[in-house]
Amino acid sequence: MSQARTEPLPETARRPGDAAPVVELRGLSIAFGGVPALHDVALRLYPGEVHALMGENGAGKSTLIKALTGVYAPDAGTVVVDGQERSFASPADSQAAGISTVYQEVNLCANLTVAENMLLGREPRFLGGIGVRAMRRRARQTLERLGLDVDPASVLGQHPIAVQQLVAIARAVDVDARVLILDEPTSSLDADEVARLFEVVRTLRDQGTAIVFVSHFLDQVFEIADRLTVLRNGRLVGERLVSETSQLELVRLMLGRELETLDRLDRQEAPPVDRDRTPVVKVLGLGRKGALEATDLEVHEGEVVGLAGLLGSGRTELARLLFGADAADTGEVEVHGRRARVRTPRQAIDRRLAFASEDRRAEGVIGDLTVADNMLLALQASRGWLRPIPPAQRTTLVARYLEALDVRPADPHALMRNLSGGNQQKVLLARWLLTEPELLLLDEPTRGIDVGAKAQIQQLVAELAGRGMAVVFISAELEEVLRLSDRVVVMRERRKIAEREGGDLTVGEVLETIAAEATHTHLTETTDGEAPR
Amino acid sequence: MTDTLTPPDLPEATEPERRASRLETARRSPLVWPVLALVLLLAVNTVATPTFLLVDLSGDRLSGPLVNIARNAAPLVLIGLGMTLVIATRGIDLSVGAVAAIAGAVACVHIAGSPDPGAASTAVVAMSLALACCVALGLWNGFLVSVLGIQPIIATLVLMTAGRGLAMLVTDGQITTVTNGVLSGLAVGHVAKVPVAVLVALAVLGLTAFVVRRTALGMLVEAVGINPEASRLAGVRSRTIIWTVYVFVALCAGLAGLMIAGNTNAADANNAGLWIELDAILAVVIGGTSLAGGRFSLAGTVVGALFITTLAVTITNLGIPSQTNYVFKAIAVIAVCLIQSPQVRHALRRRRTPARTVAGGAA
Repeated sequence: MSQARTEPLPETARRPGDAAPVVELRGLSIAFGGVPALHDVALRLYPGEVHALMGENGAGKSTLIKALTGVYAPDAGTVVVDGQERSFASPADSQAAGISTVYQEVNLCANLTVAENMLLGREPRFLGGIGVRAMRRRARQTLERLGLDVDPASVLGQHPIAVQQLVAIARAVDVDARVLILDEPTSSLDADEVARLFEVVRTLRDQGTAIVFVSHFLDQVFEIADRLTVLRNGRLVGERLVSETSQLELVRLMLGRELETLDRLDRQEAPPVDRDRTPVVKVLGLGRKGALEATDLEVHEGEVVGLAGLLGSGRTELARLLFGADAADTGEVEVHGRRARVRTPRQAIDRRLAFASEDRRAEGVIGDLTVADNMLLALQASRGWLRPIPPAQRTTLVARYLEALDVRPADPHALMRNLSGGNQQKVLLARWLLTEPELLLLDEPTRGIDVGAKAQIQQLVAELAGRGMAVVFISAELEEVLRLSDRVVVMRERRKIAEREGGDLTVGEVLETIAAEATHTHLTETTDGEAPR
Repeated sequence: MTDTLTPPDLPEATEPERRASRLETARRSPLVWPVLALVLLLAVNTVATPTFLLVDLSGDRLSGPLVNIARNAAPLVLIGLGMTLVIATRGIDLSVGAVAAIAGAVACVHIAGSPDPGAASTAVVAMSLALACCVALGLWNGFLVSVLGIQPIIATLVLMTAGRGLAMLVTDGQITTVTNGVLSGLAVGHVAKVPVAVLVALAVLGLTAFVVRRTALGMLVEAVGINPEASRLAGVRSRTIIWTVYVFVALCAGLAGLMIAGNTNAADANNAGLWIELDAILAVVIGGTSLAGGRFSLAGTVVGALFITTLAVTITNLGIPSQTNYVFKAIAVIAVCLIQSPQVRHALRRRRTPARTVAGGAA
């Protein structure tokens, strides 16, 4: 964290001849419980532009949006609206200043009409009740302004998700929004629907609205955005004009070099991976509609295979399908050369696979149980409830792993939810190590945890591979993937696009692979029927 | 591990510990409040009737208001125990009253139809048959919830309404009366001066506590209740776990139904165990188990069941007009729930800090 580098915003990124920005954030910092989520970040939004906010998970995009919409109060920095310094105490304040947000999941009421959804909470009044006719009229006006042909009296739930999304946007602009934030608006839309959404976005832009567009689909960003701001690890990496930025440059900005220096890992002692032997796990054509195209993968004993790629590239999906967390539509899994049926996590665990999900809170931590129970959960589950782990053995196992993984506090009776992210992650790793897996699938095991715990976990992965465990390592940080992996699988647009030996592989080479493929798919987009889902 | 890492500073390491120990106390306190409420209720009764707490040891059986409370609470305790586990998995079972009625109906009809209605062996066969039916009904509920994924409140609503109809079919729409010493003994009999019903409830309580805390069932039930997705990914067979608890609660309901039938020596399809599902849910909630699932307390449920039963006795004992019964009960229940609410407790604590005497009046 030493080289905090917030370069002054380059002149080129300013829109020529434009007036002052409608909203400007300066020097914004927010920390949660001492862990900085945003550090000295700036953002400028000009009227009549589409501004892409880019960054991987945990880069601080959501925190930035929440600061802008008054959900979080910044610890430092200023929010300037129309040249006047403002502070938003609540989302209502921010809305009153003309900032509206449409979130990723449509959070409207499916059982109400389109008009009711658009004007919920600000219905026109008539004789002490709601003026239904005035409401529909106003809704129709707004819909027409966006060029949408939707009956305001129809029930929202009967429309496809895309239309619901557009209604959500209509609701947001009905309040005379001058800044409209679209958080992953296209993540559940197909190509036609995206085109329709973009039409609406362009209409709004031409009417002078500043639009913040958050998406992990690079092609869409290059299609719709005028400027972009990139965040990484809670810091501002840069602000660019899209027309002057290449995909490669953007990918580099998002994934690029980690500035913090971690301990160099010593992997010399590890024996070389023997690829002639039967792989621990071999995957043939594993795929699932809308998640992953048919993919092959081999992981050998003592080998760390890194999955590199952007968010949504299929790196997480591959791990989930392999573990049976989601059921695959196609493909076969072989464990030690034998075909294995892995349709559920239970079956995967019986085959000695283990999977630590990227979403610790929702898919790992059992907050109200103790550290000991959390640690022993998978082992106990595989024994069944009738065969409890004997108390003495419980105590020894838990104590051993608390010490080996340096969990703090080293108290088996502490409630899991009271631990910090890094310590929770260690407990979850211990949960899987207790099952003595042969293949360990780690999805973003170091995300959102402090530098110390991060280095410890990286060290642990190296040690485990040294002792013969096969590991699949997924991370948004290329540096980390390259440092640990014997082999790197590069993914993009839900499929594997390259497989490279680790060792001498550089971040630049991987970035070029991703970006080269990007240009390729960009050109052939019209023929590629695969819709983003 | 490597030593080069900067260790997290110590205050951070102790803060969660301190919070955890505070939470430990907070987690235990849900049991404190229902117990206090129960004690308060007993105190009120003692003021009204000074002999209320006396247990007469002289006869061939224990007698006195307390013994009656314990005996009357037995069916509710039984069902409450099962309900606790179901609620801990984020479920609920509304059908327990109907299942109790079916158990009573099956047992009574079998006894009435057998060549030797008074024999002990007849009763044993009848009871086994009834409990077997309950297992089947529990399997049905568990199937709907864990395999078909129907919301528990809807899934068990089916049997709640249909169950009484089934019981009517079994009894042919009649109130079937029987005379069988073993069946009525389950409700009104005594062993070593202690009511059999109380012994049965205690035995089931002991067995449940043992199974839940000595096997891994309790932990897995809690894990499934707290975070179903994380449990699934950790390989917990939540389907089996959920299925097990629905069968268990049906079995408990069946046992309670046999007690109820034994008490009246009759199977009343319409009224046996009527609304007991609501009392059971109430007992669980008063006992400090959250309806949101997760951590549960069997002891809390027992106290909750005793509280509800004592409340009914109090109403008679204080001579409260019968038309205000339900209002009185509602007020008492609201008071207990308020005391348990974190917000209210927080507010009380803040007021108590300057003047400690306020708390006594509020309880």
